[in-house]
Amino acid sequence: MSPWIEHTLPVPVMSSAQQAAIPAPASGWLKDARRVAVFAALRLFALFVTVLIGVYLAILIANMGGRVDDLRMVQIRLSSVDAVREDPAFQAMNDAERNELIERRVQLEVERLRLDQPFILRSFDYLYQAMRLNLGRAEHLHSDSGAREVYSIIVERLPATLLLFGTANLLVFFVSIFVALSLSRRYGSALDRTVIGLAPTSAAPGWFYGIFLILIFAFLLPVLPPGGMVKAPPPEGTIEYALDVLRHMILPVAAMFLSSIFISIYSWRTFFLIHSSEDYVEMARAKGLPSGLVERRYILRPTLSPIITSFALMLIGLWGGAIILEQVFNWPGLGTLMFRAIGLRDTPVIIASVVIFAYLLAVTVFLLDILYAILDPRVRLQGAGR
Amino acid sequence: MNPWIARLRQLREYPSAVVGLVIIAFLIGLSIYSVIAIPYSQALELWRGGEQWKMHPQSARPAWVNLFSASKLPSTIIVDSRTAKVEEEAFEGGRRLTIPLAFDYAYGEFPSEINLFLRAGYEDREPFIRMSWHTPDGREIPMGGHRISRDHRVSISQDWTLERRLGMATHVGLLAMPDVEPPTVLPGRYELRIDAILFEEAATLDADLVTYGRVHGLAGTDHQRRDLMVALLWGTPVALAFGLIAAVGTTITTLIIAAFGVWFGGWIDAAIQRITEVNMILPMLPILVMIGTLYSTSIWLMLSVVVALGIFSAGIKMYRAMLLPIRESAYIEAARAYGAGHSRIVMRYMIPRILPVLIPGFVTLIPSFVFLEASLAVLGLGDPVLPTWGKVLNDAQTQSALYNGYYYWVLEPAALLMLTGLGFAMLGFALDRIFNPRLRAM
Repeated sequence: MSPWIEHTLPVPVMSSAQQAAIPAPASGWLKDARRVAVFAALRLFALFVTVLIGVYLAILIANMGGRVDDLRMVQIRLSSVDAVREDPAFQAMNDAERNELIERRVQLEVERLRLDQPFILRSFDYLYQAMRLNLGRAEHLHSDSGAREVYSIIVERLPATLLLFGTANLLVFFVSIFVALSLSRRYGSALDRTVIGLAPTSAAPGWFYGIFLILIFAFLLPVLPPGGMVKAPPPEGTIEYALDVLRHMILPVAAMFLSSIFISIYSWRTFFLIHSSEDYVEMARAKGLPSGLVERRYILRPTLSPIITSFALMLIGLWGGAIILEQVFNWPGLGTLMFRAIGLRDTPVIIASVVIFAYLLAVTVFLLDILYAILDPRVRLQGAGR
Repeated sequence: MNPWIARLRQLREYPSAVVGLVIIAFLIGLSIYSVIAIPYSQALELWRGGEQWKMHPQSARPAWVNLFSASKLPSTIIVDSRTAKVEEEAFEGGRRLTIPLAFDYAYGEFPSEINLFLRAGYEDREPFIRMSWHTPDGREIPMGGHRISRDHRVSISQDWTLERRLGMATHVGLLAMPDVEPPTVLPGRYELRIDAILFEEAATLDADLVTYGRVHGLAGTDHQRRDLMVALLWGTPVALAFGLIAAVGTTITTLIIAAFGVWFGGWIDAAIQRITEVNMILPMLPILVMIGTLYSTSIWLMLSVVVALGIFSAGIKMYRAMLLPIRESAYIEAARAYGAGHSRIVMRYMIPRILPVLIPGFVTLIPSFVFLEASLAVLGLGDPVLPTWGKVLNDAQTQSALYNGYYYWVLEPAALLMLTGLGFAMLGFALDRIFNPRLRAM
């Protein structure tokens, strides 16, 4: 390990044993620790403000700057009119009385939903509640157990999405890096040329391959289910259940894997090829170091920060592109939830998804910053100076 | 000579680039042809559907499927009374017409539907018709009478009395051999005889007997009887325009902003980073879906939102990671030492340095935006009036085309999407090898 890493490691990571092993004078180390702490605090604050702005923007967009309220007003009026008209208790009323009753009901409902206050005021209240993860109640959707709490709706869907997209993306990420490394070693071989020749197929997104996979493996050759997460009724035992979920996962995971594996291999291969022609790598080879060591210490080590970046971006992307693939495969995850929420104009659910996304992103970015500082001395120096 | 032109010339050495260029040229040619052959307003009109497609079969496969199957699927047969031998007999205050609508049926499969369209010209009193069906083996099946309005449709396939009498779907029973199970087509010359009584001297009556086939044209038709060819043709210029504008709009601005941010550093870089982070928190697809459901699904609105959200995208982080080490390079220092200005360093030294690595990204970005448009359409947020590939896919999905065995309906737009993706990607990958000097050196 190079000396600069010990020099700037963030405080919590260090055990007392390591501290004792550091030969540097205690006062200098403390100064560094303080600088890192200040840096981390500043970053945390900046990220908090970022999340605040992002969530507020999402609230504005989800409410279309107050336009949704107009739609809601129309809906409230319509349902009050219907309720009064259909109720036999009010049949005897004359028009004036009935109109007054309708007005009163509309007024009550408007006050209950606080639609009489200006949108700007309410939007800040929404923001405050959202930041406290107090996600409120859904207007139309409910969880499978019947709860109206947005939190339980999302928590119920989260594992399905994480399972599907986590599996597929981790698979793509690690397979592509290892294949790319081995291909860059065998530059120009038949295998290399084949994989590179296949790279253009990645132009199509996962759902597109999904359609074909469903066509082939669910209809022409009915061996796998065309959609869903478990068969109905779900199998009894835990092992049977897991196996059935696995069986339902094969097609969507294969669709995502097919659509991104070749381009991923291609990019990493290009990246590694460029870096393996650096002078210091040539130097290491000329010294006669074993190729495994050259790869680990001279190719992977300096390229770690872009690799980490793309890994983090991939983690963020887990949330993003889910809607259509989940729709095509009828996967009961967040994407399907969000699409339904948007279709029903269920703003609390939409905002809640964005809020959780924002928090996840902020955490990822924060970790990324710290990792960057640890991994790349040039960035660390610049970052510390900021 | 300009080095870029020299490099472009090298493209000829890469077969994949040539294939990609041929595909792109084909798509551009197809776009030009579509725009000229079917003018914009006409394309919208055709795609709106309705009466103009009434003589087309519903969900018919493309005609070329007959090349691959032993039993030939029928095409649509239209018999027009103006080409038939009409017998006329005048009487006091009117005329009596006998219209034989005859056609030869030689297919092994039954048609999908039979309809009769009548156009009557009269002043006050509607003409009356009585129909009978004559099979090649000499049977006569009476089909009842109708009073004919000016634009009249007799849906023979929905004649439930006749269906009950035949014991099977009308368009099957009328053409089947008697008492054979399963129903088999009796080939030969069929005739629908219309005995019409016109109650006015000057009254007229025209009839079209449409025996709807199971195949139509090069592309087939959808559930609304529209020829899919319209959407397949017009989808091409729409897809290309959307992909190109979005890719150019986002990549170039993103790259320049990232480079300037890295070069100037300090608060400019910080501001760009913060804006990007805020922007990254906003999930693109849900926002597009929201705007589509709440405002308008116009393709141009979608395009502007895509470009606007794409400028401060995750790409900035990626470019920044690549540019940061370059900023510290010795050759940048050298450039600064000889007095190069800020924009010269950014545009001539920093951006060109990472351009090669970005080229595969840029070129695959074009089809990815084409697919984004298709994705939105698949979610039901396609442009409300424009025929696009994605909307065909969406129709196919909502009509459960795969489940019903209408594979052509999914495969045709999918093939065109794939062709677009492959064309640009193949060119992009070859360009990458040319513009990436370090790859070339190896």
